[in-house]
Amino acid sequence: MIDGQIREILKEHARLAIDLAALDDAADLYQAGMTSHASVNVMLALEGNFDVEFPDRMLKRKVFESVDSIRQALNELMAH
Amino acid sequence: MTNAKISPFVAIARSIGAEVAAVHATAVDRDARFPSESIAALKEHRMLSAYVPKALGGGGATLGELVLACEALSQHCTSTAMIFAMHQIQVISILRHAGDSSWFLEYMRDLVANQNLIASVTSEVGVGGEMRSSVCGLEWEGQSFRLVKHATTISYGAQADDLLVTSRCTPDGPASDQVLSLVCKADYTLEQQGVWDTMGMRGTCSPPFKLSATGKKDQVISAPFAEVASETMVPVSHLLWAGCWLGVAGAAVNKARAFVRMQARARPGSTPPTALRLAEVASELHMLRASVDSALREYEQLIAAEDGSADELSSMPYALKINNLKVAASRKLPEIVGQALLICGIMGYKNDSKFSMSRHLRDAHSGALMVGNDRILATNSSMLLVLKDE
Repeated sequence: MIDGQIREILKEHARLAIDLAALDDAADLYQAGMTSHASVNVMLALEGNFDVEFPDRMLKRKVFESVDSIRQALNELMAH
Repeated sequence: MTNAKISPFVAIARSIGAEVAAVHATAVDRDARFPSESIAALKEHRMLSAYVPKALGGGGATLGELVLACEALSQHCTSTAMIFAMHQIQVISILRHAGDSSWFLEYMRDLVANQNLIASVTSEVGVGGEMRSSVCGLEWEGQSFRLVKHATTISYGAQADDLLVTSRCTPDGPASDQVLSLVCKADYTLEQQGVWDTMGMRGTCSPPFKLSATGKKDQVISAPFAEVASETMVPVSHLLWAGCWLGVAGAAVNKARAFVRMQARARPGSTPPTALRLAEVASELHMLRASVDSALREYEQLIAAEDGSADELSSMPYALKINNLKVAASRKLPEIVGQALLICGIMGYKNDSKFSMSRHLRDAHSGALMVGNDRILATNSSMLLVLKDE
C-alpha cells in the first residue's frame, strides 16, 4: 500500500534515468539518476502525500536512497 | 597575534610568501603567468605533501594549518595561494575517500617523493558550471578506460602533473551518477582551447582544455562522487578558498592600517578621518575571520567524530551551512578591499604605490564567481523548501 504511493511519487518527481519498475526496493536511486534537486521534490511530495514533516535530522542522502529507506523513514514518522 | 606556537607549515608559507611569492606577484599578475617560482619553493619545502599522513612520508598537517598557510601565501600572491589550495583539495579528497586503495596509497608515496601537483577537472562544456553533472563518461575495455572531456576551465592545467577528473561511470550512465578518476601525466594530453586573460587571479592559468586520457580501474575512486563532494570536496574547498580570501582581505586592510598610521604620525594629536573607516573595516574583517574559524572548527569536529559524521556531512543542514560560508565570505571580501581602497585614496588607486589595491580588488572579485553564488543560493533555496529549523 505505502510502497505503491512511494513509487508513484518517485515516478513523478525523482526523474530517474531508469524505469522505476525495473528497480527493486533496495536499489540505489541516486545511481539510477535521482539528483539532489529532484530528491527535494520527492521529499515535498512525500510530506504532502503522507501529511508528515521530515525533521532536519532525516534530511540526509541515506534516508532517500531507496524505496526501502524511504518506507522506513515514513513508518518512523507515522508511528507518532 | 597571539603567543601561540606557530605551525611549521604556516611558518614555511609565510616565508615563501614574503621571500618568493611577493617578489613575483606583480609580474605574475601583469603577465597572467604561472607563479612557477612560488610553486617550486612550495615543492622544495614539501608543502604539496603537507596533508599526507606522516605514515606515508607526508607532513601530517591539519586542515586548520592549511587554511592558515593559504592565508599566509595569499597575502603576498593570491594566485599562488589558490593553486596551493586547489591542489590540497584534490590530495585531501583522495586521502579521505581512497585511503583503502593500495594503488592510491602508492600514488601518495609517489606524490611525497616527487611533489606531484594535482589539478581538478570538474567543469565541462554543456553542464554550465554544475559540478554534480557530467556529459562525458569512462569508456571501458576490460580493466582500462578512455576518457575525453571538454573542460571549460582547468586551473594550472598546463602546469599540473596529474589530474583528478569527474565523469559519468560509463558513457550512457545517468549524468548525476559520477565518479572521480586520477589520470597521470604520461597517460593524458591536454589541448588548450582558449586563453586565460581575466580581471584577477591571473596567475592561476585556467583556460579551457580538451582532455584525452587513459587509465586503469584502480585509478577510479570507488566512492560515488556525490559522497566525496558533500563530505570532503565542497567543505574543504570552501574552507581553503576562505583562507585565501582572508589573505587578500588581510593584505588590503594591512595596507590601509599602514596608511592611517602614516597619516597619524604626520599630525600627532589629531585623529585622521580615515581612522574611523579603518575601525569599520577592521570590524568587518574580524567578522569574516570569525565565520571562517567557526566553520573550520565545526568541520574538524565532524570529521574527528566517531561514527555518523559522514551522515551529518552529507546532510542538508550541514550543506546549507558550508554553502553559507562561501556565499557570505565571497560577498564580503570585495567590500572589505573596496573600503581599504577608499581609506588609501589615490595612493591605493595608483599601481606604482606601496598602498596599491588593484590586484587585491581584482582578485577579490573572483570569489563570488568561482562557483557562482547564484548557483549556490539556488541550491540553498531548494534545500530551504524542506529544511525546518535554524
